Amino acid sequence: MEVKTGTWTEKKGLAQMLKGGVIMDVVTPEHAKIAEDAGACAVMALERVPADIRATGGVARMSDPELILKIMDTVSIPVMAKCRIGHFVEAQILEALGVDYIDESEVLTPADEANHILKHNFKVPFVCGCRNLGEALRRVGEGAAMIRTKGEAGTGDVVEAVRHARTVLGDIRKLTTMADEELMRYSKEIGAPYELVKETKELGRMPVVNFAAGGVATPADAALMMQLGVDGVFVGSGIFKSGDPARRAAAIVKAVTHYQDASILAEVSRNLGEPMVGRNVSQMPEAEKIAGRGW
Amino acid sequence: MKIGVLALQGDFAEHIAMLKRLNVEAFEVRLPEHLNGLDGLIIPGGESTTIGKLAVAYNLMEPLKLFGQSHAIWGTCAGAIFISKDIGRDQPLLELMDIKVQRNAFGRQIDSFETDLDIPELKQATGSDRPYHAVFIRAPIIESVSGDAKILASVPDGRIVAAQQGHLLATSFHPELTDDTRFHEYFLTLVD
Repeated sequence: MEVKTGTWTEKKGLAQMLKGGVIMDVVTPEHAKIAEDAGACAVMALERVPADIRATGGVARMSDPELILKIMDTVSIPVMAKCRIGHFVEAQILEALGVDYIDESEVLTPADEANHILKHNFKVPFVCGCRNLGEALRRVGEGAAMIRTKGEAGTGDVVEAVRHARTVLGDIRKLTTMADEELMRYSKEIGAPYELVKETKELGRMPVVNFAAGGVATPADAALMMQLGVDGVFVGSGIFKSGDPARRAAAIVKAVTHYQDASILAEVSRNLGEPMVGRNVSQMPEAEKIAGRGW
Repeated sequence: MKIGVLALQGDFAEHIAMLKRLNVEAFEVRLPEHLNGLDGLIIPGGESTTIGKLAVAYNLMEPLKLFGQSHAIWGTCAGAIFISKDIGRDQPLLELMDIKVQRNAFGRQIDSFETDLDIPELKQATGSDRPYHAVFIRAPIIESVSGDAKILASVPDGRIVAAQQGHLLATSFHPELTDDTRFHEYFLTLVD
């Protein structure tokens, strides 16, 4: 009997299991437990949430493996971890630790300003950020088995998440109306592999699971992203930078499941305590924005 | 025939797509009233802890147990966990099938695998001799079956990966992630 591991079906498949769910940033095993108890479908293990990475400054790197292992020991749900863009050795280390998914993330300081990791070289699946369809399909071309729109991490301002989701999903809607002979020119225009552009047109959707990220802070934000058409939501600083993380986390989980039911959204939005304070992206200097990282 | 797919979290859209390929009407189930008028239910893959918590929060546990007394239910992966009697840890279960399940029994994601299975009942029901190509993702195993539950499929080392008890079905693997509709066809034969 032939047994195959690390296949494209396996890599894409785990992301399919996460659909309709919330992936939460956690910085301690205690946070991870709170996230699991609230109904998170996976956690992202990291040393500092994006809001703190912004506040502290300096170089943001892969987390201490000790922390990641402790979080893996604490919860039974999948554990993801971040490596820097292009830092394939951090990715090798994360794979050796046995994390379930690697996020090659713009939230950390990029290690390569021209190239991303060749993710096909790994057995562990990768998720990558994008702002438009071209960026998404370049990442898929490199082997990303899951995509997330970037938003602007650590701000609590959903405006960039909306912009990126509308752009990606709008690009796909446009693509589906194009004639087949226009696809090569379009591939050239958006800098994406032709075969993936063709596949996206045929499917009428992203060829891998597509979550939203970067600025989701409330159940309403999460449901907004779902109604726009993403498959699920990452919440970073929005939970553990709020007044009552356990309650807010559970409410966001419910909002993602019942994203079309306004009466349930009203119910779960009540009495959540203080949201994260947040930063208004439109008043933020360009140099502080991180969504532009990635090529 | 109307088949519901529990749509609290997970790959319910993939199951619905398979059912539509078989020209079966499929419906998303998120609240108890969505079970009305259905002839069978699929509980998809996903995170069993998430699905369990949401089922409790929206008062689905009793309606689902009741539905399973008289209707066909099929659980894939997380769904197989949710439909079982015992998983050796504390999380909400429907306790419909006399099977003991162990979560993440093959290891983490890098240990997830694809392989061919020999499933005699499937061959018999669909008249096809091809082996069944199964996709396992952080998969559970069925440690043991008891009562009326019977084994449908095992991997070569003997670990059980599919079981049936009357109109109830549990698989560790994900037929909805393949192009092969035979397992869905088999499930539909259990629906009255």
